[in-house]
Amino acid sequence: MAYTDPAYTDTPLLRIRGLSKSYGRHRVLTDLDLTLPPGVHALLGPNGSGKTTLVNILSTLLPYDSGEVRVLGLDPRRDRKTLQGLISLTGQYAAVDEKLSGTENMLMMGQLFGLSRRDAQRRADDLLERFELSTAAHARVATYSGGMRRKLDIAAGLIAHPQLIFLDEPTTGLDTRSRQALWDEITALADSGASVFLTTQYLEEADALAERIVVLHEGNIVADGTAAQLKGRIGGSTIQLHDDAGHILEEIPTRGSAIDVARHLDTVARTRPDVDVTVRRPTLDEVFLELTGEQAGAPDQKDADREEVAA
Amino acid sequence: MTTTTPPREVQAASPGNGAGALTGLRVFTGRSLKHSFRDTESLLMAILLPVMLMLIFVFIFGESIAAGQGGDRSDYLAYVLPAVALTAAGFGASYTAVVVSNDMTTGFMNRLRTMPFPAVTVLLGHTAASMVRNLLATGVVLAIAFGLGFRTEVGIAEFAGAVGLIALWILVITVVFAVLGMVAGSAEAASGYGFVLLFLPYVSSGFAPVETMPGWLQGFAGHQPMTPIIDASRVLLSGGNPGDEWWIGLLWCGGFIAVAVWLAAVLFPRKIAR
Repeated sequence: MAYTDPAYTDTPLLRIRGLSKSYGRHRVLTDLDLTLPPGVHALLGPNGSGKTTLVNILSTLLPYDSGEVRVLGLDPRRDRKTLQGLISLTGQYAAVDEKLSGTENMLMMGQLFGLSRRDAQRRADDLLERFELSTAAHARVATYSGGMRRKLDIAAGLIAHPQLIFLDEPTTGLDTRSRQALWDEITALADSGASVFLTTQYLEEADALAERIVVLHEGNIVADGTAAQLKGRIGGSTIQLHDDAGHILEEIPTRGSAIDVARHLDTVARTRPDVDVTVRRPTLDEVFLELTGEQAGAPDQKDADREEVAA
Repeated sequence: MTTTTPPREVQAASPGNGAGALTGLRVFTGRSLKHSFRDTESLLMAILLPVMLMLIFVFIFGESIAAGQGGDRSDYLAYVLPAVALTAAGFGASYTAVVVSNDMTTGFMNRLRTMPFPAVTVLLGHTAASMVRNLLATGVVLAIAFGLGFRTEVGIAEFAGAVGLIALWILVITVVFAVLGMVAGSAEAASGYGFVLLFLPYVSSGFAPVETMPGWLQGFAGHQPMTPIIDASRVLLSGGNPGDEWWIGLLWCGGFIAVAVWLAAVLFPRKIAR
């Protein structure tokens, strides 16, 4: 693997070899291989691709059928309790108690992680302040907005200083402002030295937050790399021609190199000298469509798709 | 604040060691009790229901039922007391199914299961809180009974025996409802399943003597678990010797609790909200 990272230590964040998981006869994850260094990483995939199942396995919630799994060097099955002291999971469904206040929720989680009441209280005050929940700290969670609940949910997961934080679709259902605020928090978490493994359906989110993006489709890893590497996979930039109203008249694919773009622009300049032009990098959306479209259309290509995107 | 500023980051004394079962039990019992006492409607119901039941049975049915047995309203009060306590406790315990189901079907339990402590303590917390709630309701029932003129001359041992049997049955229905809450897909379904159980006390010796029921019903009414428990507590409160009823009641309770605990132990690790 060509990927290197200054934060990479001897123990990878995740090391997965040949991981498979079925519910009855329904296969959810098929023979996954994945190694990730410490950092912020995103698991990207549509609904039903197996994201939550993978996160649940890594966070000790679900047993796996076969393969080898190491999280922070520990086996989620054998070293369950040790691993549980180092991680936290904030799932898709809020894990906060609506009938308790924000502070009470935090204190409860802190004490269950083994903190003394005093330490839990201090840490709770700290985190509530950081997540701008101090003024609502003593109100019942039932009165919180969706964004506040999600923040409290994540804050509660941080109370015992986890080394690795699992966030399962942390911003699903949030408005743009709350989403941006959460992104800032996740970035701050990473700056403080914690690793984050998040799942998302939003390419924009993976693009904004993650060092490595792992694309999961129907239980298979179809791509794995940085956002730039993934975008590079489907070729270069596109030249778009617009009319005055901004409507796209034509899209010209290029190989992305300066000489190729210039050659195409030269042709445009000669034939349609007055047209508006933009040069656009491929979006992750296009990458995603390409990757998953291939997968769905040609299952035989599975092995070709699984090769790692390495620079 | 002018005193020394605490360090911003507080490291846990032993980070990640997690809480033991006792801390878990304490934290969750506290949580469940907070739930109980903040849910004003449910709390009001828990107190009003035994009051209503007692008044209805004593003042509306009491005279006519007792007349058939050659007694009067005050005889019936002593007769119906254990059954009213158990019926009220049944309603109170059915709340356990709802709260357990809520915990199981939301993300709450999933997070707990990824934490370094025994997650099953959350069920024990609900059970403990249910005991507290329903013993309070039993206290209300006794208070009303005394208010309506019920008197007993038995010693503390017999009284404790009668209340102890009632408490044991409260534990039985609580764990049964906890298992129902675990199995049910939603809180609504959980309370629905439990509905049938709430009629069990009426088909026992609790409100009317089994002999007055039609023959086909007597077999069930005479041998269902609530009958020996009700009979034994009634006899204990009247100063008599409960005889076999006492240990038959105990056996039933022990059996139910053993099965429920076994079911919980099997089901709990499998139930993961998705």
